[in-house]
Amino acid sequence: MALTIKALSIGALKDIHLVVEPGEIVCLSGESGSGKSRFLRAIADLEPHEGEVYLGERNRLDFQAHDWRHRVMLVPAESQWWADTAGEHFCKPMPKALAALGFGDEAMDWSVARLSSGEKQRLAAARALSCAPEALLLDEPTANLDDENTEQFERWVRQEIAAAAMPVIWVAHDEVQMKRVGNRHFRIKGDHLEPAT
Amino acid sequence: MNVIDLAWWELAIAASMVVALAITSTLARLNVGKPILVAAARTVIQLSLIGLVLEALFAVGSFHWVALMATVMLLVAGREVMARQKHRLTGGWAFGIGTVSMFISGFSVTVLTLTVVIGPDPWYTPQYAIPLLGMLLGNTMTGVSLSLDRLTEAVWRQRAVIENRLMLGQSWQDAIGDFRREAMRAGMMPMINSMAAAGIVSLPGMMTGQILGGSPPSVAVKYQILVMFTITVGSGFGSMAAVSAGSRRLFDERERLRIDRLSAAKG
Repeated sequence: MALTIKALSIGALKDIHLVVEPGEIVCLSGESGSGKSRFLRAIADLEPHEGEVYLGERNRLDFQAHDWRHRVMLVPAESQWWADTAGEHFCKPMPKALAALGFGDEAMDWSVARLSSGEKQRLAAARALSCAPEALLLDEPTANLDDENTEQFERWVRQEIAAAAMPVIWVAHDEVQMKRVGNRHFRIKGDHLEPAT
Repeated sequence: MNVIDLAWWELAIAASMVVALAITSTLARLNVGKPILVAAARTVIQLSLIGLVLEALFAVGSFHWVALMATVMLLVAGREVMARQKHRLTGGWAFGIGTVSMFISGFSVTVLTLTVVIGPDPWYTPQYAIPLLGMLLGNTMTGVSLSLDRLTEAVWRQRAVIENRLMLGQSWQDAIGDFRREAMRAGMMPMINSMAAAGIVSLPGMMTGQILGGSPPSVAVKYQILVMFTITVGSGFGSMAAVSAGSRRLFDERERLRIDRLSAAKG
């Protein structure tokens, strides 16, 4: 199902219209402080703002708020872990995803206190997909990863996106990565989005 | 058995011991000399005033005056609950939630105890109603302010965790559940501890007073047990009500965490 954003305004951004098709990855970049993260937070309905968002034909307001966020899932740049072990945060076990991301099955029993920032970032993405969302909002998902892990992550997440035909908005700052993974690319310029080549 | 009344000059002897403590602590540079004296003076003035008020109230004994007194006590307790929170709900909600939850739990327990358990005639006889309500409100206030402070403090510090749980599609009740339970527990712990320690570690103040006042210890003990039970019930339900209402207020109709509804800490 497509993700349709109509007349969304939050912070400096005004009257944003955007349609993300099923399985499409739209990359979004902009200087720090330009409002990339808040834009994603607005779509996930985590902050008061103006505008409407649709998943397929259905208006966001037709869903209960937690149901909406379960379907349109935001993966923040810095993930939080509140239980003792990593596995307790997952909706269901994800052995294939863990293997694809370079983890063994024992990773589910790891104490969250010993997770590195790179491990947290990859596990946060796997955790999000374990809840079976219908659209993804990724906020700098590879910021803490080295080249090898980034490549591994991109390969895995693109497969998952294609398999579930999820519309995706991917905030990034690496031009090469955006060319690699994005079907389209927008840059935040002041109060609007500008197509980038 | 007659009660030995205390003359004012006899209290002055006790006061001189307080002055001696203040002087000693000043010499030891503890910087509490002045606070001791100010607090001691406040004790004398406040208790003398309330003594006058109670004498007048007992003399009149009408329902209206008892109700007025109870209302004043409730509002002062509500203000105190608000003042004890570092991050408080803005727009009068901190005062409102604290006061309403103390009203619901404190008043209903007091009225129930007066009408069903003790049974003076009339049920609002101030000699029973005011001290009972006072002890109940004082302790319920501690429970409610502890639990609300724990809740707002935890939400303020752990907002990233709560928001991340929301992002994963959890309902607001699930996202804040751990903090809510912890806050409710914090409000009940003081009473659980004092019930467990009662009579072994400490002789409760009310029972001590009653025995000094000439009551047989067996009667004093029964009243003390009654009071501790009612205080536990009052502060327990008060904490639960306050934390439930407070955590609901921290989220809006779209289950968004509204940290902007908490004031930043002062100082």
